[in-house]
Amino acid sequence: MNSLQLALHLDCQLDHIVARVDFSLPGITALFGPNGCGKTTLLRMIAGLERTARGTISLGDIVWQNGSKNLPAHKRNIGFVFQDARLFEHLTIADNLRFAEKRAGKTGPGIDRHEVISTFDLSGLLVKKPAVLSGGERQRVAIARALVSNPQLLLMDEPLSALDIRRRAMIMSYIETIPAKFNIPILYVTHAIDEVARLADNIVLMDKGRVIAQGPVEEILARLDLPALTGRFEAGTIITGIVGRTDPVFALTTIGLGSQSLTIPKLDLPMGEKIRLRIRARDVALATKEPTGISIRNILRATITEIAPEPDTAFAEVRLDVENQNLRARITRASLDDLALEPGKPVLALVKSIAMDRRLLAAPIERKP
Amino acid sequence: MDYTAIWLTIQLAGITTIALLVVATPLSWWLAFTRSPLKPVIETLTALPLVLPPTVLGFYFLVLLGPAGTIGKWWLDVTGSTLTFSFSGLVIASMIYSLPFVVQPVSNAFADMGRKPLEEAASLGASPLDRFFSVALPLSKRGFLTAAILGFAHTVGEFGVVLMVGGNIPGKTRVISISIFESVETLDFSSAHKMSAVLIAFSFIVLFAVFALNRNYTVAGGR
Repeated sequence: MNSLQLALHLDCQLDHIVARVDFSLPGITALFGPNGCGKTTLLRMIAGLERTARGTISLGDIVWQNGSKNLPAHKRNIGFVFQDARLFEHLTIADNLRFAEKRAGKTGPGIDRHEVISTFDLSGLLVKKPAVLSGGERQRVAIARALVSNPQLLLMDEPLSALDIRRRAMIMSYIETIPAKFNIPILYVTHAIDEVARLADNIVLMDKGRVIAQGPVEEILARLDLPALTGRFEAGTIITGIVGRTDPVFALTTIGLGSQSLTIPKLDLPMGEKIRLRIRARDVALATKEPTGISIRNILRATITEIAPEPDTAFAEVRLDVENQNLRARITRASLDDLALEPGKPVLALVKSIAMDRRLLAAPIERKP
Repeated sequence: MDYTAIWLTIQLAGITTIALLVVATPLSWWLAFTRSPLKPVIETLTALPLVLPPTVLGFYFLVLLGPAGTIGKWWLDVTGSTLTFSFSGLVIASMIYSLPFVVQPVSNAFADMGRKPLEEAASLGASPLDRFFSVALPLSKRGFLTAAILGFAHTVGEFGVVLMVGGNIPGKTRVISISIFESVETLDFSSAHKMSAVLIAFSFIVLFAVFALNRNYTVAGGR
């Protein structure tokens, strides 16, 4: 796998940002953090739209900003997808795409307009003006247009935040095909954990203008020292499984995890497909003995790898190893004591089926070469 | 009817409007996008011709453009002719007089458009000049049209400034409004009536055009 490094060294009015973002090429890197922690500003600085910060920005060996040199946006070979699609209202969709094509960068991966049009199903929209398009269609065109400009790096600033749930899911299914199809790295700003879980390969966690952790999504989400970022309510891990049989009578699908398995509400996916599931820590309970007479169907054999009590609360976070994947459980400190839990101890992890929301399902992660 | 005066008026208004569009566009752009603390000062200066009596403007023009004035002396040195009581002097005076009527619609159109389409165009690789011609201009075309119509019409209607700066020289500075004044002074009411009717019809058509344009106003121009 190739990699590309985006190196940032910036002094802003409020913060000093030092970040090295390593992209796997191609792939989606999520820039994640609570609202208003400077993600959008950082993205605009990378694009050259905000040139107030002093410092350096470089992508690979191309220097965009260094000392007195500060390339304006049009000289940086980036694509930018804004929250609002920002289509040119005076041009048809075809002309919006042509606008980008005419000014396309020469150093990008070589993206063809026709392939973009077919990937994003735009052929029916080409003759229309932006004003008659729905929100979802506008955002599809905006993403397509950014791609047609043949950028080296695609920046996306919460591209789904203005859309309803159905349209979000639809646009996500387009976005997740981009890296493999067009061989391009994406830096994706969001504060929605489900977008991270579904789309991202890597994650950069930001808080108060600084990067506090980065790495593969599965690893970062499993870390117990970073709970406040995703919110305790949403804290959880991503695990990968293989789609198995579906029981038509009870409408349940089996997901294989090594030698163990989970059952979740029926999926319309072919057997053998790899999927990602997000399991929230608060939906996992622990037991030391096989429980009986219990409605929870998913009981996994696991080993405790780390315990992090939260001193002023009733709770503790426990990290578990299940078939070499991470699972997090949020239990009370009292239970920790009662069950004498400690790292290395084998336990049973009780997972409520309902915790596995179909909406959180990621598409096959085959894009990882 | 004084056809020479009508033709002269059209020439004066046409040249003034074109020159104003060229000069006022950068000024409007600055007014629409600047964060400078000087903005209210410049805005006020730009709007001043709206409220000043034309005679006040005309008086200062006479002083400035006259052979002893700063601009007038320089003009005399360079071209060998005086600015006052000349067509060129009238164009310069009319440009100041009609400035707010061109600057305001254009700068409003730029402000309505905002920075967003420009940022988008920049991210797609469009240079500043490219952004102006391929994005800003088409998105603000109604503002420009309104500005051109108002600038033209307002120049056609001026009287005080022309009288002060240009006087009443047939074929050179005698525009319609002066010609009407002259007709009334010499008790030629029939000519005054005819030319006044022409101006009323013209003004009606112009205002109608502006209102019709703005009724269907959209930023996009095609909704």
